[in-house]
Amino acid sequence: MNSLVKYFSDFFSALKSLLTGMKTTLKVFFRKKTTELYPEKRGSLYVAEQFRGRLEMVHTEDNHHHCVACGICQMNCPNGTIQVESQTVTNAEGKSEKVLVAYRYDLGKCLFCELCVRTCPHHAIRFTNRFENAVFTREKLALVLNRPGSSLQPKPAKPAPADTNTNPAKPE
Amino acid sequence: MFDFSVVTTWIDEGLRGIMPASGAIAIECVLIGVLLLAVYAVFALVLILAERKVCAAFQCRLGPNRVGPWGSIQTVADMVKIITKEIISIRHVDSFLHNLAPFLVIIASLLAFSCIPFAKGLQILDFNVGILFMVAASSIGIVGILLAGWSSNNKFSLIGAMRSGAQMISYELSIGLSIMTIVVLSGTMQISELVESQNDLWFIFKGHIPACIAFVVYLIAGTAETNRGPFDLPEAESELTAGYHTEYSGMHFGFYYVAEFVNMFIVAAIATTVFLGGWMPLHIPGLDAFNQAMDYIPSLVWFLAKSVVMVFVIMWFKWTFPRLRIDQLIRLEWKYLLPLNLVNLIVMVLIVALGWHF
Repeated sequence: MNSLVKYFSDFFSALKSLLTGMKTTLKVFFRKKTTELYPEKRGSLYVAEQFRGRLEMVHTEDNHHHCVACGICQMNCPNGTIQVESQTVTNAEGKSEKVLVAYRYDLGKCLFCELCVRTCPHHAIRFTNRFENAVFTREKLALVLNRPGSSLQPKPAKPAPADTNTNPAKPE
Repeated sequence: MFDFSVVTTWIDEGLRGIMPASGAIAIECVLIGVLLLAVYAVFALVLILAERKVCAAFQCRLGPNRVGPWGSIQTVADMVKIITKEIISIRHVDSFLHNLAPFLVIIASLLAFSCIPFAKGLQILDFNVGILFMVAASSIGIVGILLAGWSSNNKFSLIGAMRSGAQMISYELSIGLSIMTIVVLSGTMQISELVESQNDLWFIFKGHIPACIAFVVYLIAGTAETNRGPFDLPEAESELTAGYHTEYSGMHFGFYYVAEFVNMFIVAAIATTVFLGGWMPLHIPGLDAFNQAMDYIPSLVWFLAKSVVMVFVIMWFKWTFPRLRIDQLIRLEWKYLLPLNLVNLIVMVLIVALGWHF
């Protein structure tokens, strides 16, 4: 008797679960499709914000970046993708400091692991979701990320000791 | 409603007017054969495209969209490609049986296809045991599949073929019994009469509860009969590479592929013919104006629309349910569907005997 009840209850519970599955898939059937038509709808593509397309250096509107040329990104890069070229200059206060000359980034070697961005103490670099990286020669993949004529973002004016030199001019 | 037999009679009389009867019959046979093959191929192409599109929609994709508008001639391009492919001859196979098997499959499918009543008067084979012939002819395909597995000299092919044989022979019972339920209700096996007697009401409504149960059982068994998912374990690619057609290449593989898709349509067409009134418009007794309006839609449109819905349901099954194990498959048939079907048949006999149907 018990097995007979089980036979019928199994039958109907299986039927119910199958119908539930069919309801779910029918909902998915009418859902908006996620495929992006690439060359046709190039202007209105949806690329996820966190997608790692290529590295770029953050620049402000008046052409300042935040890179202090510490070289942490270069040390963390597992593939030798980043070369930070810097020179030591003496600033107006008479202290010597490192200044970024060229931030060389070879897209062809990049693993897109994002270790450089995560370790940057000044949030000077970030990944964009621009994905159209294909070029015809390998030389075009070697990029210089700091824009020509850009310089380090000056520190906000300290409210502390009002000295003569409030605006330490950065040498190029 | 337009009767297509007007056209066929006109062609027949025209031919008989200019040549002896034997010549006319010979020409008609060739004409029908060519037409049948052409329609068969077109159906296969459309169904493969539909399958790919429906599958894509179930997975939130767009499916083929590069060749032609919305990918509409993708399968034509695929067909050209598969026709030009080499048929590789494999060592140590039974070459006669190996080459024969795909043709057996395609012949079985073609024979069943020729029984389908597409519209009023548009039917090739029609005689007094039509539905029985159709079920019998479509079962010849099992022989082709078993031969393919046996002659391939490959363990996986043979396992796939044996699974397929076990599955198709088991589910043949369910198909036969569920169609028998409706034959009991209609009192005829001739396909044209089956459709004609649904003039007042389709059988699924006329036979109410037992007809609905038979319909569901038929759909399940029909899906299994065509080796489609969730019953596609004869060609379970994760276990058997491709099952019985592993060793086939080029158009010989194409025959299996085409036959599988047209068989799906044939199952949908039988479901339409037997349960949903075939080409018969939706008639409700008492509503004469409504019935008149329904008659303005051509019978071919009615048939194709119903078949498309049934094909969609079968595809819906495939892209919803996970594949069964072989023991689950056989248990479903012998412990659930078959007893249900037998009880259902007796209920239907009682209902017909007592006149409790509409």
